Amino acid sequence: MDFINAIIVLLNYTIIPALTYGSQLALGAIFVTLIYGILRFANFATGDMMSFGTMFAVLLTYYFQSLGMNLGIFPTALITIPLATFMMILYMLCIDKFVFEYYRIKKSPPVQLAMVSVGVMFVTQAIIRIIIGPADRTFLDGKKFILKASEFKEMTGLNEGLTIKSTQAITIVITMIAVSIMFWFLNKTKTGTSMRAYSDNEDLALLSGIDPKKVVLITWIIAGILATIGGILYGLDKSYRPFVYFNNMLPIFAAAIVGGIGNPFGAFLGGYVIAFAEIFLTYAYKKFFTYILPDALEPNSMMQILSTDYKFAVSFSILVIVLLFRPSGIFKGKTL
Amino acid sequence: MRQYTNVITAYSIMFALIILVGIFQSWSIALTILNYCLISAVMTIGANIQWGYAGLINFGIMGYTALGGLAVVLVSVAPVGEAWRVGGINMMICLGVIVGMVFSIRFTLKKITKSKNRNYLITAIIIIGILLLRLISAPAIENIEAVEPAKTGFLGGLGLPVLFSWIAGAFLAGGLAFVVGKIALGLRADYLAIATLLIAEIVVSIIKHEDWLARGVKNVIGLKRPAPYEINLQQSQWFIDLVEKFHSGKLALINSVSEKQEVLNQLVIDASSVYVKLCFTGLFLTVVIILLIVTQKALYSPWGRMMRAIRDNEEAAGAMGKNVVKQHLLIFILGSAIVGIAGAMMVTNDGLFTPGSYRPMRYTFVIWVMVIVGGTGNNFGAILGGFVVWFLWVEAAPIALFFINLFTAHLPETNEIRVHLINSAPYFRFLVIGIALLVIMRFRPQGILPEKIIKN
Repeated sequence: MDFINAIIVLLNYTIIPALTYGSQLALGAIFVTLIYGILRFANFATGDMMSFGTMFAVLLTYYFQSLGMNLGIFPTALITIPLATFMMILYMLCIDKFVFEYYRIKKSPPVQLAMVSVGVMFVTQAIIRIIIGPADRTFLDGKKFILKASEFKEMTGLNEGLTIKSTQAITIVITMIAVSIMFWFLNKTKTGTSMRAYSDNEDLALLSGIDPKKVVLITWIIAGILATIGGILYGLDKSYRPFVYFNNMLPIFAAAIVGGIGNPFGAFLGGYVIAFAEIFLTYAYKKFFTYILPDALEPNSMMQILSTDYKFAVSFSILVIVLLFRPSGIFKGKTL
Repeated sequence: MRQYTNVITAYSIMFALIILVGIFQSWSIALTILNYCLISAVMTIGANIQWGYAGLINFGIMGYTALGGLAVVLVSVAPVGEAWRVGGINMMICLGVIVGMVFSIRFTLKKITKSKNRNYLITAIIIIGILLLRLISAPAIENIEAVEPAKTGFLGGLGLPVLFSWIAGAFLAGGLAFVVGKIALGLRADYLAIATLLIAEIVVSIIKHEDWLARGVKNVIGLKRPAPYEINLQQSQWFIDLVEKFHSGKLALINSVSEKQEVLNQLVIDASSVYVKLCFTGLFLTVVIILLIVTQKALYSPWGRMMRAIRDNEEAAGAMGKNVVKQHLLIFILGSAIVGIAGAMMVTNDGLFTPGSYRPMRYTFVIWVMVIVGGTGNNFGAILGGFVVWFLWVEAAPIALFFINLFTAHLPETNEIRVHLINSAPYFRFLVIGIALLVIMRFRPQGILPEKIIKN
């Protein structure tokens, strides 16, 4: 019984939150990796682009709520995804047309493009703050919990409760669907194959008649969909605040590099690696050990490896270690 | 002389702008902007050495700035005796443990051949070291933080004059740069950017959360100043006489004695703040000029030529027998040390250390925009970039407000769009900076004052 209680504690406080957070990071990391693999630069505007898509979801949610529309037990934000994604793709294509395309045609070095993306980051942040302001906003409605701790205790008769928030379930399910569709697209369709070819060897791909404009267009569209979904899921789960989205760029980069930048599957797993590391290393295991160890050995400290203040530092340290020992990432990079 | 015409023109326009601020807003604001421009200039000199001379991309400027600020606290604040008594010894032992760890790792790396066992040994050393550190420091930290938590709760500093901290800041930042450089300099450009960005984030989060070191997010206020305090100035006779002499024409127009005294008092208060800021300006200007001369000499020395050769073609320079790795590390350290000085200068200017305010936006990306807008590889350009961008950063909001009012003048006062725009005026600074960067990158990629290579 104690053993099951211990497992429930771990599930409740580490595994489910880590899966949720990992899914959100994974979507962002695939976004980074796609841009890196096909357009060949590190996009420093990642966090703010996600924020831009989410901003529309927030505004549309408020609008739909004012019209009295809702999805019952599901959050209203889900119906805003198509529209928000559309706005986001439109914005990205504009940015690409007016900013990135010039450097791509000139074949500028990646560093220059990265620098340009810093400019895009500033502009995007400004637009977001001018439109919606820097305040913290929640836009979650509908049913909050799928399973409450008290219900779970009643159901199973255990000491520990298991809580599953609806946002956690929604995040994991939507991520799985979105990512599977994306992998199917990349691996099975002709356009996806041409994208992979373009990423692998640009000159050869061009020789075999692949239209670079089309590849770039499709990349931005897929990236826009992923970024918006990732941003909305994060905002639903926590809350929407532009500054936090900017900061999220850092663990997202860490996830993308840990997974091998340029490799979407690596980025997907990298998101979970970072999330699990962050949560496992900063969780206080006292309760867990109280259940699992005999009474005599009961721990009297918090059994916490690092204080939660260093949550971000954990992911960055992992990144530094990976860069030191395996610069191409855990799952070899550059194989879209 | 002719080759300097555009430099002189650019700087004259910049100073004219600052003087305009002095006339239209106030001299105090103009001097604040000037001081920050000078601090930014020091940062851009540092970043320009790395990016312009050697092509190294360092997105970790925030971390070095924060370390420079930390140096001010560690050098100038008086030591907290009580805290040292309850936890000083343990913290010193911890320092010893860290040094021991570093040396044992170095020893292992040198003496044992590369193998799996060596990796395990190093991991074991690190884990044991961290466990030891936790065991020794945990009670000490608790004790130290319990010493008057509202006022101190940290170890304090050395109690030395604050100007020493500028040098200490350079050494701290240079030390960090040595470690980071050893780890990360082998990486490709964009990886290096991300790695340095994240390492800076780690540094700041350590400063933020280790309260025993510098009070963390509780901030350290009331730091020493290398300049006189306003309140002392307002009471010293020589200063009042000086102000009276300066404004004698204006004062002579006032007849009643009491009114005259009142006006004089107000003038003295205004003048004292201007005087203090002028003192800082003098100090900062000295630093900027010294750094400018040194970097300019270095740029046109054989060493500078070698750096440019390494930047433009690493393989060729390596083939000519130049030690690329060593030179990269050296320049990374030098540039970061200069940024450290700037960090210390900034905290000295503010008189307070607020770790919570170190954010990559303000301390990394804005500095980068300065270097790129001003002119990479040209010191005059980098300094000018510091001035221009800082000026835009500060003055963007008032200018935006002016234009919003102009364009929405036909709308009623309570119009929603107008109110919303006026409230979001401060965010136009991001827009202005971003557009400035994009425009410069597109139409003048070398910056306002491009790199000039003097051939003899």
